[in-house]
Amino acid sequence: MSGVNGAYLDNASATPVRKQVLDAMLPYFREHFANPSNVYDIGSKMKQVVEEQRGKVAHLLNAKSEEIIFTSSGAEANNMAIKGVTFARQKKGNHLIVSSIEHHSVLNSARFLERLDYEVTFLPVDEYGRIDPARLSKAIRPETILVSIMHANNEIGTIQPIPELAAICKESGIIFHTDGVASVGNTRVDVAELGVDLLSLSGPALGAPKGIGALYFRKGTRLMPLIHGGIQENGRRAGTENIPGIVGLGKAAEIVSQELPETQNHCRKLRDRLVAGILGRVEKVTYTGHPQRRLPGHASFCFEAIEGEALVFMLAQAGIYTNTGSACASKALKTSPVLGAIGIRADLAQGSTVFTLNSHTTEEEIDYVLDKLPPMVDRLRALSPIWGKEIPEYQEDVCT
Amino acid sequence: MKFVKHQNSDESLDLVCRMCPMHLLEPGDKLKCMKKGQVLEVLTDYDGALEDIPDWCKKCGHEFIGVEEEDDCYKFYIKKKRDEA
Repeated sequence: MSGVNGAYLDNASATPVRKQVLDAMLPYFREHFANPSNVYDIGSKMKQVVEEQRGKVAHLLNAKSEEIIFTSSGAEANNMAIKGVTFARQKKGNHLIVSSIEHHSVLNSARFLERLDYEVTFLPVDEYGRIDPARLSKAIRPETILVSIMHANNEIGTIQPIPELAAICKESGIIFHTDGVASVGNTRVDVAELGVDLLSLSGPALGAPKGIGALYFRKGTRLMPLIHGGIQENGRRAGTENIPGIVGLGKAAEIVSQELPETQNHCRKLRDRLVAGILGRVEKVTYTGHPQRRLPGHASFCFEAIEGEALVFMLAQAGIYTNTGSACASKALKTSPVLGAIGIRADLAQGSTVFTLNSHTTEEEIDYVLDKLPPMVDRLRALSPIWGKEIPEYQEDVCT
Repeated sequence: MKFVKHQNSDESLDLVCRMCPMHLLEPGDKLKCMKKGQVLEVLTDYDGALEDIPDWCKKCGHEFIGVEEEDDCYKFYIKKKRDEA
């Protein structure tokens, strides 16, 4: 969406499929429909198509083709990494470390493993949502087999010091996974530079359709499959391949590889304009996450004395689409675990609003938001029973 | 079953955690890229491989050198005997 009548600033939730991506996918619904496992010519052609796309995704990450597994989503990739590595290394130890601000596909995979008698350490973060490498070092035990710390956080945009964290794990022979769902497509992701053993990504974040994702695993990393059956994905994930989705992801990866530097500059410039405008025009607002070490197209705030959900609804009525940041917290009426982890007061965390930009976001959209948002905040605060009052400290259940 | 210890190899394939029939498909592909006389090491935790790999070697005309049992897997050794695998 562009122009002065609206603004779509919820690109972390969903992005439109790019036109080139859709065009690339369409022939694979009807014209090229064969099963890649078949040995006849139209089947082996499909196998070749899948391998070409694998190469494109690998190129985006500076990985090798054979180090990419296609999945149905970023969530599946995270599940595969956490459970697949843990089960494959169960004879080596029973302890995992994850950060306390991971996506639920990592947190709940870890909690599932706790039920199977594995031990999990949930590492705390600082006020910007960053993991202190020294704290990770202290949490490592002889029986630690896996560490998972996300590259960038979807709710506060903060980017973790992954190369330092991964190096600590490498020294101790521990497998290191990072969730790259929020970062791949938005910032440079090079698995060799990061030093990670596994990295998850999601197709929609790159302009590919929903229903496709991928897991990078460094060659030699053992993974127990989660879906058993045929020999697809070299025996690591059974199920007939989602060829149109895989073609879409391959095309999107190719485009992102070419456009990323420009996209980053574009998003950073508009994000800075949005942040400066909101902080300059609205009082009592907290910019959450790290001010510099964050995703270029990400801006997150907590507006005092406001329900973020009310603001999101009101903005949507003006054609402005944003997010409260945590679907779990919103729906369960609880405080976001991410905001709780960075020390945001429970009442202030209720006013969370997240803006995520992409390459199609325009200056007009940003200015439209800056025009519409301040009076909406004033209106909601005028209705708020706590606006202008001192809020006593209290402990609220954090959504876990 | 022939058991070996400290067998040298030219190439290695780690198929631990991979299910049947990957223990037969991947060695086939790997041997295609190797030279006659070279030895391939195959790591697998699939018990069925104890029967399958020696049989498969016989069918494909390769020499099954033997197997070594490790803590978490078996190590099979195959010598490439013919070019078209």
